[in-house]
Amino acid sequence: MKNNCISTEKGSLLLEMKGVRIDGHSDEAWHPIIKGVDLSLHRGEVLGLIGESGAGKSTLGKAAMGYTQPGCKLTGGSITFDGMDLTRITKAQSRALWGTRIAYVAQSAAASFNPAHKLINQTIRATNRVVNRSEPENRADAVDLYQRLQLPNPESIGERYPHQVSGGQLQRIMTAMAMSPRPDLIIFDEPTTALDVTTQVEVLSAMRAVVDEFHTAAIYITHDLAVVAQMADVIKVLRYGEEVEEAPTQKMLTEPEKPYTRSLWSVRALEKPEDPGGECILSVNNIDAAYGATKVLSNVSIQIPRGRTVSVVGESGSGKSTTARVITGLLPASKGKVMFNGEELPPSHKQRSKEQLRKIQMIYQMADTAMNPRQTVGEIIGRPLEFYLGLTGSERDARVIELLKMIELDERFFDRLPSELSGGQKQRVCIARALAAEPELIICDEVTSALDQIVQEGILKLLLKLQREFNISYLFITHDIAVVQAISDEIVVMYQGEVIEQGLKSKVLEPPYPEYTDLLLSSVPQMDPGWLTNLLEERRKSGT
Amino acid sequence: MQLIVSTILRRLALGLFTLLIVSFIIFGGMSLLPGDFSQAILGQAATEETVAAFRKEIGLDQPAITRYFNWVGAIFQGNLGTSFSGRSGTGQTQAREVAELIAPRLSNTLFLAGVTALISVPLAIMLGLLTALYRNSVFDRTINAATLTTIATPDFFVAYILILFFGSLWQVFPSLANVDATMSLGERLYRISLPVMTLCLVILAHMMRMTRAAIISLLASPYIEMARLSGASQREIIFKHALPNAWAPIATVVAFNLAYLVVGVVVVEVVFVYPGIGQLMVDAVTSRDIPVVQACCLIFAATYIILNLMADIIGIVTNPRLLHPR
Repeated sequence: MKNNCISTEKGSLLLEMKGVRIDGHSDEAWHPIIKGVDLSLHRGEVLGLIGESGAGKSTLGKAAMGYTQPGCKLTGGSITFDGMDLTRITKAQSRALWGTRIAYVAQSAAASFNPAHKLINQTIRATNRVVNRSEPENRADAVDLYQRLQLPNPESIGERYPHQVSGGQLQRIMTAMAMSPRPDLIIFDEPTTALDVTTQVEVLSAMRAVVDEFHTAAIYITHDLAVVAQMADVIKVLRYGEEVEEAPTQKMLTEPEKPYTRSLWSVRALEKPEDPGGECILSVNNIDAAYGATKVLSNVSIQIPRGRTVSVVGESGSGKSTTARVITGLLPASKGKVMFNGEELPPSHKQRSKEQLRKIQMIYQMADTAMNPRQTVGEIIGRPLEFYLGLTGSERDARVIELLKMIELDERFFDRLPSELSGGQKQRVCIARALAAEPELIICDEVTSALDQIVQEGILKLLLKLQREFNISYLFITHDIAVVQAISDEIVVMYQGEVIEQGLKSKVLEPPYPEYTDLLLSSVPQMDPGWLTNLLEERRKSGT
Repeated sequence: MQLIVSTILRRLALGLFTLLIVSFIIFGGMSLLPGDFSQAILGQAATEETVAAFRKEIGLDQPAITRYFNWVGAIFQGNLGTSFSGRSGTGQTQAREVAELIAPRLSNTLFLAGVTALISVPLAIMLGLLTALYRNSVFDRTINAATLTTIATPDFFVAYILILFFGSLWQVFPSLANVDATMSLGERLYRISLPVMTLCLVILAHMMRMTRAAIISLLASPYIEMARLSGASQREIIFKHALPNAWAPIATVVAFNLAYLVVGVVVVEVVFVYPGIGQLMVDAVTSRDIPVVQACCLIFAATYIILNLMADIIGIVTNPRLLHPR
């Protein structure tokens, strides 16, 4: 499937989409989502579809099955799968194809498995409809697939319910479910986006191995270039529902033709020179914390120098966000001290003075849910001005506009509601709200994770600019190493509620690494298409 | 499994506690009723001595708090007390036990409720599933319009309409549902056909619409789209993929409506002259027969609590997260 793999020769044409147009219904009108895209896929070939959110990747991927979501309709073009025009066949005929000859792997496995049924039954449900295949045979085959996908206890894991296994395991079981009927085509719709980098590597390699082995054609949808580079033979870039360009993976990575593609590629080049900084603005000393009886932090110590950025990295469940909750006082620590500007902060936010609260602000991952949908931008940013600084009336409004300009928006946004903003604009408003309190430290909890690469870059640049202007310190929580490269001076690595190491960026990102840091860093996908193969090779060698 | 048992036991304890609070409220409410039973029963002409003697006999001379604890204490021993009417102070001698008064009436009410539930619950759930399956079709719209009409019509009016057509114009069913213990089961079923029909029409709409809404809200879940993309038909999606996850909300609305069948049927009972517990309670309120009123209220409260407990249990056992913990 990739250049260095066995199947460089292509099979016969399997799927051909010509001039596909799809409209979506929103705000009581039909808007074009896909504006005439051509796509062709041969047997045994993997096509990578990439683009920002809203580019229509997912819609196009589902259209390849002849499926349009509720609220969408196909308005033109043809979709020919193995000689059949999927736009003309009956519903019953489509259902006979889906799940058996064309399979789908969804983004969030946790939400895409039915909570009420056992995993094995869901794995083989569609396969049972295939002629010449009996249920006992399918069960045995599913166990075999579980084994190939390196799931623990392949014999018994299928007897469990979805909530009883982890996200990475579910994603592999979903791959087994797609593979079970030995389909001709699999649509992978952002299958690893919701996973940690360390889990992502395992899932990617498992998926690639089975796709290779059964010589299945696939469409791999993602917004992560490095991931698609590992999976695809050919990459197609989409933007605003139109094709930007298509080329073989190697060529696309080294010499993209269109400026848009090049801009996608360049995001990862953003890097800030590190600066150790001087006195410590915040120091977390030997903190323990627990949710009820479950201990989540043990002996955590972190130092943040004034006017610098400290990034906290680690997989989900490592205690990154809990550390932020302890610092802000939302979760009082059971042991240890939080020192801010040399004085000890009371453990709970309820006991802190308004001045102490003002100096530490927070920005969240989901800008959507962090804002009241019924308040205008002016009210959202004006609220901390009133609460902390006592500004009212025209004085407050003037300051709000000043803040809007700082975040590169303008006074036209004053009366807008959050629903009228794009994802990046929403996050900017959240930044302005934090800035309004004139804080000395801002805690950024995965603030760019929900954003596209290009928008991410804008937000990161803005944060760096604000830091230079106002000497603000950041505690930057993220699982994305590219973001860490871009913004930090120092890095803290966390694992299972403990700090593995803290140090300057150059020091942490240079070998020798402690064992976990090594695993974390080596799991971050690289733009080199041979990266995954080499990594697995290396890990196998060092493992044996 | 242990988790489930302990959850159920906790809910049960909470239910008992609620019942205790309700008993207090009932008692307080009774004390606030205007008028005095002895005065009401003995008439204006009674001398003060007679009234005082009668008050002593039925215990009204005691302070309220003592009477409350006497009452609750007796209930814990399974004794609902003795009716106020027919006491010797009124010149009669056949005062009856409250339990003895209530038992036949309660069993009549439960009979009517049971028959109604057996018909309406499966029917409502089936209709809910079918309307979800054929959403926005003519069938769906017709059923929705029809059930909206019956839910918007007062129950006594539905009863009179049914009497007009089935009792009076076509004379297929009796207009009066006066049953007694000597009748055969078939005879009793025949007598209550109109009240059953009335009650079915009244409670069907609510249960059916909630079932439909519960299923339709699940149809937006990613796992339903996943099922669709693995080739499941609309019928499979509704019955195999959505329904197993919808039992909890359905059980809640069913419990609520079944409670209405015991607690809220008094109007229908009066229309059909059906000897149920609702009528008994209304009569007891009119004659200030406090022990009977209190016992009825307590039974109503217990009905609500038990049915809700059952809905909770269904919610728990159909939730794999609780049934199969990690």
